[in-house]
Amino acid sequence: MEANALTANAAAAQLDVERVRGEFPALHQQVHGKPLVYLDSAASAQKPSAVIEAVDHYYRHDHANVHRGVHALSERATNAYEGGREAARRFLNAESVSEIVFVRGATEGINLVAQSYGRPRLGVGDEVLITEMEHHSNIVPWQLLCEQTGATLKWVPIDDRGELLPDEYQRLLSDKTRIVAMTHVSNALGTIVPVHDMVVQAHAAGAVVVIDGAQAVPHVDVDVRAIDADFYTFSGHKVYGPTGIGILYGKHALLEAMPPYQGGGEMIKYVSLERTVYNDLPYKFEAGTPNIAGAVGLGAALQYVKGYGLDAIAGHEHRVLEYARQRAESTPGMKLIGTAAHKASILSFEIDGIHPHDIGTVLDHEGVAVRTGHHCAMPVMQHFGVPATARASLAMYNTQAEIDALFAGIDKVKEWFN
Amino acid sequence: MNDLRELYQEVIFDHNRNPRNFGKLEAANRHAEGFNPLCGDELTLYMIVDKSGIIADIRFEGHGCAISKASASIMTETLKGKSVADAHAYFDSFHAMATGDDDIDTELPDAEKLEVLSGVRSYPARVKCATLAWHTARAAIDGGSDPVTTE
Repeated sequence: MEANALTANAAAAQLDVERVRGEFPALHQQVHGKPLVYLDSAASAQKPSAVIEAVDHYYRHDHANVHRGVHALSERATNAYEGGREAARRFLNAESVSEIVFVRGATEGINLVAQSYGRPRLGVGDEVLITEMEHHSNIVPWQLLCEQTGATLKWVPIDDRGELLPDEYQRLLSDKTRIVAMTHVSNALGTIVPVHDMVVQAHAAGAVVVIDGAQAVPHVDVDVRAIDADFYTFSGHKVYGPTGIGILYGKHALLEAMPPYQGGGEMIKYVSLERTVYNDLPYKFEAGTPNIAGAVGLGAALQYVKGYGLDAIAGHEHRVLEYARQRAESTPGMKLIGTAAHKASILSFEIDGIHPHDIGTVLDHEGVAVRTGHHCAMPVMQHFGVPATARASLAMYNTQAEIDALFAGIDKVKEWFN
Repeated sequence: MNDLRELYQEVIFDHNRNPRNFGKLEAANRHAEGFNPLCGDELTLYMIVDKSGIIADIRFEGHGCAISKASASIMTETLKGKSVADAHAYFDSFHAMATGDDDIDTELPDAEKLEVLSGVRSYPARVKCATLAWHTARAAIDGGSDPVTTE
Protein backbone atom coordinates (compact mmCIF):
# COMPACT_ATOMS: atom_id res chain seq x y z
CA MET A 1 0.00 0.00 0.00
CA GLU A 2 1.25 3.43 -0.83
CA ALA A 3 -0.63 5.84 1.36
CA ASN A 4 1.52 8.75 0.37
CA ALA A 5 0.77 9.08 -3.31
CA LEU A 6 -2.41 10.53 -4.62
CA THR A 7 -4.20 7.49 -5.94
CA ALA A 8 -5.83 7.31 -9.34
CA ASN A 9 -9.16 7.09 -7.54
CA ALA A 10 -8.47 10.30 -5.68
CA ALA A 11 -7.45 12.13 -8.81
CA ALA A 12 -10.70 11.14 -10.48
CA ALA A 13 -13.10 11.48 -7.56
CA GLN A 14 -15.15 14.64 -7.27
CA LEU A 15 -16.28 16.33 -4.12
CA ASP A 16 -19.40 18.48 -4.01
CA VAL A 17 -17.65 21.22 -2.09
CA GLU A 18 -20.62 23.60 -2.08
CA ARG A 19 -22.68 20.93 -0.39
CA VAL A 20 -19.85 20.29 2.08
CA ARG A 21 -19.62 24.00 2.89
CA GLY A 22 -23.34 24.11 3.54
CA GLU A 23 -22.84 21.53 6.25
CA PHE A 24 -20.34 23.62 8.26
CA PRO A 25 -22.24 26.42 10.02
CA ALA A 26 -19.16 28.26 11.30
CA LEU A 27 -17.91 28.92 7.78
CA HIS A 28 -20.82 31.22 7.09
CA GLN A 29 -19.85 34.34 8.97
CA GLN A 30 -18.05 37.59 8.47
CA VAL A 31 -14.81 38.57 10.17
CA HIS A 32 -13.85 42.26 10.18
CA GLY A 33 -16.66 42.76 7.68
CA LYS A 34 -15.29 40.20 5.21
CA PRO A 35 -16.48 36.66 4.53
CA LEU A 36 -14.50 34.22 6.66
CA VAL A 37 -11.85 32.28 4.75
CA TYR A 38 -10.78 29.61 7.20
CA LEU A 39 -7.33 28.31 6.30
CA ASP A 40 -6.26 27.06 9.71
CA SER A 41 -7.70 23.57 9.76
CA ALA A 42 -4.32 21.99 10.51
CA ALA A 43 -4.56 23.71 13.88
CA SER A 44 -8.19 22.72 14.30
CA ALA A 45 -10.92 21.97 11.79
CA GLN A 46 -14.43 23.39 11.86
CA LYS A 47 -17.33 21.07 12.67
CA PRO A 48 -20.12 19.86 10.42
CA SER A 49 -23.70 19.93 11.67
CA ALA A 50 -23.62 16.13 11.84
CA VAL A 51 -21.06 16.35 14.65
CA ILE A 52 -22.66 19.29 16.45
CA GLU A 53 -26.05 17.58 16.34
CA ALA A 54 -24.69 14.21 17.50
CA VAL A 55 -23.17 15.83 20.59
CA ASP A 56 -26.31 17.90 21.14
CA HIS A 57 -28.55 14.86 20.81
CA TYR A 58 -26.40 12.85 23.18
CA TYR A 59 -26.59 15.50 25.91
CA ARG A 60 -30.30 16.16 25.37
CA HIS A 61 -31.39 12.53 25.46
CA ASP A 62 -28.83 9.89 26.30
CA HIS A 63 -26.33 11.12 28.84
CA ALA A 64 -25.40 8.95 31.81
CA ASN A 65 -22.17 7.30 32.89
CA VAL A 66 -20.96 4.41 30.76
CA HIS A 67 -20.40 0.76 31.64
CA ARG A 68 -22.07 1.28 35.02
CA GLY A 69 -25.78 1.49 35.38
CA VAL A 70 -28.40 -1.07 34.52
CA HIS A 71 -30.74 1.74 33.61
CA ALA A 72 -31.79 2.78 30.13
CA LEU A 73 -29.78 5.98 29.87
CA SER A 74 -26.57 4.29 30.94
CA GLU A 75 -27.12 1.64 28.30
CA ARG A 76 -27.77 4.26 25.66
CA ALA A 77 -24.70 6.25 26.71
CA THR A 78 -22.60 3.09 26.64
CA ASN A 79 -23.90 2.20 23.19
CA ALA A 80 -23.22 5.71 21.91
CA TYR A 81 -19.70 5.70 23.36
CA GLU A 82 -18.89 2.26 22.01
CA GLY A 83 -20.41 3.30 18.69
CA GLY A 84 -17.71 5.94 18.49
CA ARG A 85 -15.09 3.28 19.10
CA GLU A 86 -16.49 1.06 16.38
CA ALA A 87 -16.52 4.03 13.98
CA ALA A 88 -12.83 4.59 14.76
CA ARG A 89 -12.06 0.91 14.24
CA ARG A 90 -13.69 0.98 10.82
CA PHE A 91 -12.03 4.27 9.96
CA LEU A 92 -8.56 2.86 10.65
CA ASN A 93 -9.43 -0.66 9.48
CA ALA A 94 -8.25 -2.08 12.80
CA GLU A 95 -9.02 -5.70 13.42
CA SER A 96 -10.76 -5.30 16.76
CA VAL A 97 -12.28 -2.59 18.94
CA SER A 98 -10.04 -3.90 21.72
CA GLU A 99 -7.21 -2.14 19.86
CA ILE A 100 -8.96 1.24 19.91
CA VAL A 101 -8.22 3.30 23.03
CA PHE A 102 -9.91 6.65 23.59
CA VAL A 103 -7.41 9.32 24.60
CA ARG A 104 -7.56 13.12 24.81
CA GLY A 105 -5.73 13.49 21.54
CA ALA A 106 -2.59 12.46 19.70
CA THR A 107 -0.45 14.08 22.39
CA GLU A 108 -1.86 11.80 25.03
CA GLY A 109 -1.65 8.82 22.69
CA ILE A 110 2.08 9.35 22.23
CA ASN A 111 2.67 9.97 25.93
CA LEU A 112 0.77 6.78 26.72
CA VAL A 113 2.98 4.71 24.44
CA ALA A 114 6.17 6.38 25.70
CA GLN A 115 5.32 5.78 29.34
CA SER A 116 3.45 2.51 29.21
CA TYR A 117 5.28 0.73 26.40
CA GLY A 118 8.65 2.48 26.50
CA ARG A 119 9.43 3.18 30.11
CA PRO A 120 9.42 -0.41 31.43
CA ARG A 121 11.39 -1.68 28.43
CA LEU A 122 14.05 0.84 27.59
CA GLY A 123 17.39 1.40 29.24
CA VAL A 124 20.91 2.62 28.65
CA GLY A 125 22.13 1.65 25.19
CA ASP A 126 18.65 1.62 23.67
CA GLU A 127 17.64 4.19 21.09
CA VAL A 128 14.46 5.99 20.15
CA LEU A 129 14.41 7.26 16.58
CA ILE A 130 12.23 10.20 15.59
CA THR A 131 12.43 12.61 12.66
CA GLU A 132 13.48 16.22 12.31
CA MET A 133 10.00 17.27 11.27
CA GLU A 134 8.00 16.11 14.25
CA HIS A 135 5.50 18.23 16.12
CA HIS A 136 6.68 18.93 19.66
CA SER A 137 4.16 16.35 20.84
CA ASN A 138 6.21 13.66 19.10
CA ILE A 139 9.53 14.98 20.42
CA VAL A 140 9.09 15.93 24.05
CA PRO A 141 7.49 12.65 25.27
CA TRP A 142 10.51 10.81 23.84
CA GLN A 143 12.96 13.24 25.42
CA LEU A 144 11.24 12.61 28.74
CA LEU A 145 11.38 8.86 28.19
CA CYS A 146 15.08 9.04 27.38
CA GLU A 147 15.75 11.10 30.51
CA GLN A 148 13.87 8.55 32.58
CA THR A 149 15.48 5.44 31.12
CA GLY A 150 18.91 6.50 29.95
CA ALA A 151 18.02 5.67 26.35
CA THR A 152 19.30 7.87 23.52
CA LEU A 153 17.17 9.97 21.20
CA LYS A 154 18.14 10.14 17.53
CA TRP A 155 16.44 11.77 14.61
CA VAL A 156 16.21 11.31 10.86
CA PRO A 157 17.17 14.53 9.07
CA ILE A 158 15.14 16.17 6.32
CA ASP A 159 16.31 17.79 3.10
CA ASP A 160 15.50 21.30 1.94
CA ARG A 161 12.25 20.21 0.36
CA GLY A 162 11.11 18.78 3.67
CA GLU A 163 11.52 15.11 2.79
CA LEU A 164 13.12 12.57 5.07
CA LEU A 165 16.46 11.24 3.89
CA PRO A 166 15.89 7.49 3.33
CA ASP A 167 19.59 6.61 3.42
CA GLU A 168 19.97 8.37 6.74
CA TYR A 169 16.96 6.51 8.08
CA GLN A 170 18.46 3.20 7.05
CA ARG A 171 21.80 4.18 8.57
CA LEU A 172 20.27 5.25 11.88
CA LEU A 173 18.23 2.07 12.29
CA SER A 174 20.05 -0.64 14.21
CA ASP A 175 19.44 -3.38 16.71
CA LYS A 176 19.66 -0.64 19.35
CA THR A 177 16.57 1.05 17.92
CA ARG A 178 13.66 0.05 20.12
CA ILE A 179 11.07 2.61 19.06
CA VAL A 180 10.60 4.59 15.85
CA ALA A 181 8.19 7.50 16.24
CA MET A 182 7.24 9.51 13.19
CA THR A 183 4.58 11.71 11.77
CA HIS A 184 2.44 10.52 8.89
CA VAL A 185 1.94 14.04 7.55
CA SER A 186 4.10 16.96 8.72
CA ASN A 187 2.04 19.74 10.31
CA ALA A 188 4.55 22.45 9.40
CA LEU A 189 5.49 21.30 5.89
CA GLY A 190 2.68 19.07 4.66
CA THR A 191 5.08 16.28 3.66
CA ILE A 192 3.38 12.89 3.40
CA VAL A 193 5.79 10.35 4.85
CA PRO A 194 6.07 6.92 3.18
CA VAL A 195 5.17 5.26 6.46
CA HIS A 196 4.62 1.76 5.15
CA ASP A 197 8.13 1.46 3.71
CA MET A 198 9.58 2.91 6.89
CA VAL A 199 7.61 0.49 9.06
CA VAL A 200 8.97 -2.45 7.07
CA GLN A 201 12.53 -1.24 7.65
CA ALA A 202 11.90 -0.54 11.35
CA HIS A 203 10.43 -3.99 11.86
CA ALA A 204 13.42 -5.54 10.13
CA ALA A 205 15.57 -3.79 12.73
CA GLY A 206 13.34 -5.09 15.51
CA ALA A 207 11.78 -1.76 16.49
CA VAL A 208 8.15 -0.96 17.11
CA VAL A 209 6.67 2.00 15.27
CA VAL A 210 4.48 4.78 16.64
CA ILE A 211 2.82 6.94 14.00
CA ASP A 212 1.45 10.40 14.74
CA GLY A 213 -1.52 10.58 12.41
CA ALA A 214 -2.94 13.88 13.65
CA GLN A 215 -2.40 15.65 10.31
CA ALA A 216 -2.95 12.57 8.19
CA VAL A 217 -6.42 11.29 9.03
CA PRO A 218 -8.32 14.24 7.51
CA HIS A 219 -6.42 13.88 4.22
CA VAL A 220 -5.10 10.35 3.72
CA ASP A 221 -6.94 7.03 3.71
CA VAL A 222 -5.35 5.30 6.68
CA ASP A 223 -5.34 1.52 7.00
CA VAL A 224 -3.34 0.56 10.08
CA ARG A 225 -3.12 -3.07 9.02
CA ALA A 226 -1.86 -2.24 5.54
CA ILE A 227 0.70 0.15 7.07
CA ASP A 228 1.45 -2.51 9.70
CA ALA A 229 1.69 0.25 12.33
CA ASP A 230 2.29 -0.94 15.86
CA PHE A 231 0.71 2.21 17.26
CA TYR A 232 -1.19 4.92 15.41
CA THR A 233 -2.71 7.94 17.09
CA PHE A 234 -4.76 10.97 16.07
CA SER A 235 -6.81 13.83 17.51
CA GLY A 236 -10.52 14.12 16.87
CA HIS A 237 -10.63 17.88 16.44
CA LYS A 238 -8.43 17.91 13.35
CA VAL A 239 -10.77 15.52 11.58
CA TYR A 240 -13.93 17.59 12.19
CA GLY A 241 -14.66 16.07 15.60
CA PRO A 242 -14.69 17.62 19.07
CA THR A 243 -11.60 18.70 21.01
CA GLY A 244 -10.42 16.62 23.94
CA ILE A 245 -10.95 13.27 22.26
CA GLY A 246 -8.65 11.18 20.12
CA ILE A 247 -7.70 7.64 19.32
CA LEU A 248 -4.73 5.47 20.08
CA TYR A 249 -4.64 2.32 18.00
CA GLY A 250 -2.26 -0.37 19.22
CA LYS A 251 -1.75 -3.93 18.15
CA HIS A 252 -3.54 -6.17 20.59
CA ALA A 253 -0.50 -8.14 21.72
CA LEU A 254 1.45 -4.95 22.44
CA LEU A 255 -1.37 -3.29 24.38
CA GLU A 256 -1.99 -6.52 26.27
CA ALA A 257 1.60 -6.64 27.48
CA MET A 258 1.66 -3.01 28.63
CA PRO A 259 0.86 -1.82 32.15
CA PRO A 260 -1.96 0.72 32.55
CA TYR A 261 -1.14 4.36 31.88
CA GLN A 262 -3.31 5.74 34.67
CA GLY A 263 -5.10 4.08 37.54
CA GLY A 264 -8.68 4.69 38.56
CA GLY A 265 -12.20 3.57 37.98
CA GLU A 266 -13.25 1.97 34.70
CA MET A 267 -9.83 0.40 34.11
CA ILE A 268 -10.30 -2.32 36.75
CA LYS A 269 -12.07 -5.63 37.13
CA TYR A 270 -11.47 -6.06 40.82
CA VAL A 271 -9.91 -3.91 43.50
CA SER A 272 -9.05 -4.74 47.07
CA LEU A 273 -6.72 -2.72 49.25
CA GLU A 274 -3.96 -5.17 48.47
CA ARG A 275 -4.29 -5.67 44.76
CA THR A 276 -6.12 -4.83 41.56
CA VAL A 277 -7.06 -6.91 38.56
CA TYR A 278 -6.99 -4.70 35.51
CA ASN A 279 -9.81 -4.57 33.05
CA ASP A 280 -9.64 -6.05 29.57
CA LEU A 281 -8.53 -4.06 26.56
CA PRO A 282 -9.16 -1.33 25.71
CA TYR A 283 -10.65 -0.33 29.10
CA LYS A 284 -7.37 -1.00 30.88
CA PHE A 285 -6.19 2.31 29.38
CA GLU A 286 -9.34 4.31 30.07
CA ALA A 287 -9.22 5.22 33.75
CA GLY A 288 -12.01 7.47 34.98
CA THR A 289 -15.23 8.58 33.39
CA PRO A 290 -14.30 9.18 29.78
CA ASN A 291 -15.17 11.99 27.37
CA ILE A 292 -18.38 10.28 26.30
CA ALA A 293 -19.80 13.15 24.27
CA GLY A 294 -16.42 13.57 22.62
CA ALA A 295 -16.45 9.93 21.56
CA VAL A 296 -19.97 10.35 20.18
CA GLY A 297 -18.93 13.44 18.24
CA LEU A 298 -15.79 11.78 16.97
CA GLY A 299 -17.78 8.81 15.75
CA ALA A 300 -20.08 11.17 13.87
CA ALA A 301 -17.10 13.00 12.38
CA LEU A 302 -15.44 9.83 11.15
CA GLN A 303 -18.68 8.64 9.61
CA TYR A 304 -19.09 12.03 7.99
CA VAL A 305 -15.63 11.83 6.42
CA LYS A 306 -16.13 8.25 5.33
CA GLY A 307 -19.43 9.26 3.79
CA TYR A 308 -17.65 11.52 1.31
CA GLY A 309 -14.66 9.22 1.10
CA LEU A 310 -10.99 10.04 1.57
CA ASP A 311 -10.37 9.59 -2.14
CA ALA A 312 -12.78 12.36 -3.05
CA ILE A 313 -11.58 14.58 -0.20
CA ALA A 314 -7.89 14.07 -0.97
CA GLY A 315 -8.48 14.65 -4.68
CA HIS A 316 -10.30 17.91 -4.04
CA GLU A 317 -7.76 19.17 -1.50
CA HIS A 318 -4.89 18.23 -3.79
CA ARG A 319 -6.33 20.32 -6.62
CA VAL A 320 -6.80 23.32 -4.34
CA LEU A 321 -3.31 22.92 -2.87
CA GLU A 322 -1.78 22.62 -6.32
CA TYR A 323 -3.58 25.79 -7.39
CA ALA A 324 -2.25 27.56 -4.29
CA ARG A 325 1.27 26.33 -5.00
CA GLN A 326 1.15 27.66 -8.53
CA ARG A 327 -0.12 31.02 -7.35
CA ALA A 328 2.60 31.15 -4.70
CA GLU A 329 5.30 30.43 -7.26
CA SER A 330 4.16 33.32 -9.40
CA THR A 331 4.02 35.72 -6.44
CA PRO A 332 7.22 37.80 -6.19
CA GLY A 333 8.85 37.73 -2.76
CA MET A 334 6.93 34.68 -1.62
CA LYS A 335 8.84 31.58 -0.65
CA LEU A 336 7.29 28.22 0.16
CA ILE A 337 8.71 26.23 3.07
CA GLY A 338 8.06 22.56 2.39
CA THR A 339 8.05 21.50 -1.24
CA ALA A 340 7.99 17.71 -0.94
CA ALA A 341 6.77 15.72 -3.92
CA HIS A 342 3.91 14.25 -1.90
CA LYS A 343 2.12 16.80 0.22
CA ALA A 344 -1.22 17.27 1.88
CA SER A 345 -3.07 20.39 2.99
CA ILE A 346 -0.19 22.63 4.05
CA LEU A 347 1.08 25.82 2.41
CA SER A 348 3.79 27.20 4.70
CA PHE A 349 5.36 30.40 3.43
CA GLU A 350 7.45 33.45 3.99
CA ILE A 351 7.23 36.85 2.36
CA ASP A 352 10.47 38.77 1.95
CA GLY A 353 11.05 41.21 4.76
CA ILE A 354 7.66 40.77 6.39
CA HIS A 355 7.31 38.90 9.65
CA PRO A 356 4.67 36.13 9.64
CA HIS A 357 2.91 37.72 12.60
CA ASP A 358 2.33 40.88 10.61
CA ILE A 359 1.13 38.80 7.66
CA GLY A 360 -1.33 37.05 9.95
CA THR A 361 -2.78 40.25 11.35
CA VAL A 362 -3.27 41.87 7.94
CA LEU A 363 -4.81 38.68 6.52
CA ASP A 364 -7.14 38.49 9.49
CA HIS A 365 -8.38 41.94 8.57
CA GLU A 366 -9.25 40.52 5.16
CA GLY A 367 -11.21 37.72 6.81
CA VAL A 368 -8.49 35.17 6.07
CA ALA A 369 -7.50 32.98 9.03
CA VAL A 370 -4.00 31.51 8.83
CA ARG A 371 -1.62 30.27 11.47
CA THR A 372 1.60 32.13 12.10
CA GLY A 373 4.48 31.02 14.26
CA HIS A 374 6.60 27.94 14.67
CA HIS A 375 3.66 25.52 14.43
CA CYS A 376 4.93 23.57 17.45
CA ALA A 377 7.73 22.31 15.23
CA MET A 378 10.68 24.48 16.24
CA PRO A 379 13.30 22.01 14.90
CA VAL A 380 11.71 22.39 11.45
CA MET A 381 12.00 26.17 11.74
CA GLN A 382 15.63 25.75 12.79
CA HIS A 383 16.30 23.53 9.77
CA PHE A 384 15.01 26.18 7.41
CA GLY A 385 16.65 28.99 9.37
CA VAL A 386 13.43 30.88 10.01
CA PRO A 387 11.89 31.81 13.36
CA ALA A 388 8.40 31.30 12.08
CA THR A 389 6.28 30.93 8.97
CA ALA A 390 2.77 31.79 7.92
CA ARG A 391 0.76 28.67 7.20
CA ALA A 392 -2.43 28.24 5.24
CA SER A 393 -3.88 24.78 5.70
CA LEU A 394 -6.69 23.22 3.73
CA ALA A 395 -9.64 21.08 4.65
CA MET A 396 -12.36 19.44 2.59
CA TYR A 397 -14.43 22.66 2.67
CA ASN A 398 -11.86 25.00 1.13
CA THR A 399 -12.11 26.27 -2.44
CA GLN A 400 -9.98 27.83 -5.13
CA ALA A 401 -11.96 31.04 -4.61
CA GLU A 402 -10.67 31.08 -1.04
CA ILE A 403 -7.13 30.69 -2.31
CA ASP A 404 -7.81 33.75 -4.48
CA ALA A 405 -8.92 35.57 -1.32
CA LEU A 406 -5.70 34.49 0.39
CA PHE A 407 -3.59 35.88 -2.42
CA ALA A 408 -5.61 39.09 -2.58
CA GLY A 409 -4.82 39.37 1.13
CA ILE A 410 -1.15 38.72 0.47
CA ASP A 411 -1.19 41.56 -2.06
CA LYS A 412 -2.60 43.77 0.71
CA VAL A 413 0.15 42.63 3.07
CA LYS A 414 2.76 43.61 0.51
CA GLU A 415 1.06 46.96 -0.08
CA TRP A 416 1.14 47.69 3.62
CA PHE A 417 4.71 46.71 4.23
CA ASN A 418 6.56 47.61 1.05
CA MET B 1 -14.10 46.76 13.00
CA ASN B 2 -10.66 47.83 14.12
CA ASP B 3 -8.78 50.02 11.71
CA LEU B 4 -5.49 48.38 10.84
CA ARG B 5 -3.99 51.85 10.59
CA GLU B 6 -4.37 52.27 14.36
CA LEU B 7 -2.07 49.30 14.83
CA TYR B 8 0.35 49.95 12.00
CA GLN B 9 1.04 53.66 12.22
CA GLU B 10 3.62 55.14 9.89
CA VAL B 11 6.01 55.61 12.80
CA ILE B 12 5.95 51.87 13.38
CA PHE B 13 6.84 51.13 9.78
CA ASP B 14 9.66 53.62 10.07
CA HIS B 15 11.13 52.01 13.19
CA ASN B 16 10.59 48.54 11.68
CA ARG B 17 12.56 49.48 8.57
CA ASN B 18 15.21 51.50 10.37
CA PRO B 19 15.38 50.37 13.97
CA ARG B 20 17.26 52.81 16.23
CA ASN B 21 19.96 51.62 18.60
CA PHE B 22 20.10 48.28 16.80
CA GLY B 23 23.08 45.99 17.30
CA LYS B 24 25.28 44.65 20.02
CA LEU B 25 26.68 46.88 22.74
CA GLU B 26 30.09 45.42 23.50
CA ALA B 27 30.67 47.42 26.69
CA ALA B 28 27.28 46.54 28.20
CA ASN B 29 27.16 45.88 31.92
CA ARG B 30 23.57 44.65 31.83
CA HIS B 31 21.93 42.44 29.29
CA ALA B 32 18.96 40.10 29.01
CA GLU B 33 17.35 37.88 26.41
CA GLY B 34 13.66 37.79 25.70
CA PHE B 35 11.59 35.28 23.76
CA ASN B 36 8.05 35.24 22.56
CA PRO B 37 7.44 31.48 22.21
CA LEU B 38 4.19 32.07 20.37
CA CYS B 39 5.76 33.72 17.36
CA GLY B 40 9.44 32.92 17.69
CA ASP B 41 10.53 36.49 18.39
CA GLU B 42 13.94 36.75 20.01
CA LEU B 43 15.47 39.86 21.43
CA THR B 44 18.69 40.62 23.26
CA LEU B 45 18.90 43.87 25.13
CA TYR B 46 22.14 45.55 26.18
CA MET B 47 22.59 48.44 28.60
CA ILE B 48 25.33 50.45 30.12
CA VAL B 49 24.14 51.64 33.51
CA ASP B 50 26.54 54.15 35.00
CA LYS B 51 27.44 54.60 38.65
CA SER B 52 24.65 57.06 39.24
CA GLY B 53 22.06 54.59 37.98
CA ILE B 54 21.54 56.28 34.62
CA ILE B 55 21.07 54.20 31.47
CA ALA B 56 23.96 55.75 29.59
CA ASP B 57 23.48 53.56 26.54
CA ILE B 58 21.01 50.95 25.41
CA ARG B 59 20.88 48.79 22.29
CA PHE B 60 19.04 45.71 21.09
CA GLU B 61 19.35 42.99 18.51
CA GLY B 62 17.21 40.07 17.41
CA HIS B 63 14.32 39.47 15.13
CA GLY B 64 10.61 39.88 15.39
CA CYS B 65 7.50 41.31 13.84
CA ALA B 66 7.05 44.97 12.99
CA ILE B 67 5.36 45.64 16.30
CA SER B 68 8.02 44.05 18.47
CA LYS B 69 10.88 45.62 16.54
CA ALA B 70 9.33 49.07 16.55
CA SER B 71 8.50 48.77 20.21
CA ALA B 72 12.09 47.82 21.06
CA SER B 73 13.41 50.64 18.93
CA ILE B 74 11.15 53.29 20.46
CA MET B 75 11.85 51.94 23.92
CA THR B 76 15.61 52.36 23.52
CA GLU B 77 15.10 55.94 22.41
CA THR B 78 12.88 56.59 25.40
CA LEU B 79 15.04 54.97 28.07
CA LYS B 80 18.41 56.27 26.97
CA GLY B 81 19.58 58.78 29.57
CA LYS B 82 16.85 57.91 32.06
CA SER B 83 17.51 56.42 35.48
CA VAL B 84 16.81 52.77 36.18
CA ALA B 85 14.26 53.89 38.76
CA ASP B 86 12.44 55.87 36.09
CA ALA B 87 12.65 52.90 33.74
CA HIS B 88 10.35 50.99 36.06
CA ALA B 89 7.80 53.78 35.88
CA TYR B 90 7.96 53.71 32.08
CA PHE B 91 7.55 49.96 32.12
CA ASP B 92 4.46 50.18 34.31
CA SER B 93 2.93 52.93 32.23
CA PHE B 94 3.66 51.18 28.93
CA HIS B 95 2.26 47.90 30.21
CA ALA B 96 -0.93 49.58 31.39
CA MET B 97 -1.32 51.26 28.00
CA ALA B 98 -0.68 48.08 25.98
CA THR B 99 -3.16 46.03 27.96
CA GLY B 100 -5.75 48.79 27.79
CA ASP B 101 -5.82 49.45 31.54
CA ASP B 102 -4.73 53.05 31.30
CA ASP B 103 -3.41 55.72 28.98
CA ILE B 104 0.28 56.47 28.86
CA ASP B 105 1.45 58.69 31.69
CA THR B 106 2.33 61.84 29.76
CA GLU B 107 3.98 63.37 32.81
CA LEU B 108 6.90 61.01 32.17
CA PRO B 109 9.32 62.85 29.87
CA ASP B 110 9.18 61.61 26.26
CA ALA B 111 6.48 59.08 27.15
CA GLU B 112 4.06 60.48 24.54
CA LYS B 113 6.18 58.80 21.85
CA LEU B 114 5.11 55.45 23.23
CA GLU B 115 1.49 56.17 22.41
CA VAL B 116 2.08 55.10 18.85
CA LEU B 117 1.94 51.51 20.13
CA SER B 118 -1.40 51.90 21.89
CA GLY B 119 -3.15 50.24 18.94
CA VAL B 120 -2.15 46.81 20.22
CA ARG B 121 -4.78 47.03 22.92
CA SER B 122 -7.36 46.15 20.24
CA TYR B 123 -5.30 43.09 19.24
CA PRO B 124 -4.92 40.80 22.24
CA ALA B 125 -2.68 38.42 20.28
CA ARG B 126 -0.26 41.26 19.57
CA VAL B 127 0.08 42.78 23.05
CA LYS B 128 2.98 40.46 23.79
CA CYS B 129 4.79 41.63 20.68
CA ALA B 130 4.76 45.18 22.03
CA THR B 131 5.68 44.29 25.60
CA LEU B 132 8.53 41.83 24.88
CA ALA B 133 11.19 44.53 24.75
CA TRP B 134 9.93 46.07 27.96
CA HIS B 135 9.89 42.79 29.86
CA THR B 136 13.41 42.17 28.63
CA ALA B 137 14.55 45.64 29.70
CA ARG B 138 13.15 45.12 33.16
CA ALA B 139 14.98 41.79 33.39
CA ALA B 140 18.22 43.45 32.33
CA ILE B 141 17.80 46.13 34.97
CA ASP B 142 16.77 43.72 37.70
CA GLY B 143 19.59 41.37 36.76
CA GLY B 144 17.61 38.19 36.38
CA SER B 145 19.63 35.43 34.77
CA ASP B 146 16.79 33.44 33.20
CA PRO B 147 15.66 34.42 29.71
CA VAL B 148 12.38 36.31 29.72
CA THR B 149 9.43 34.86 27.92
CA THR B 150 6.12 36.52 27.35
CA GLU B 151 4.22 33.28 28.08
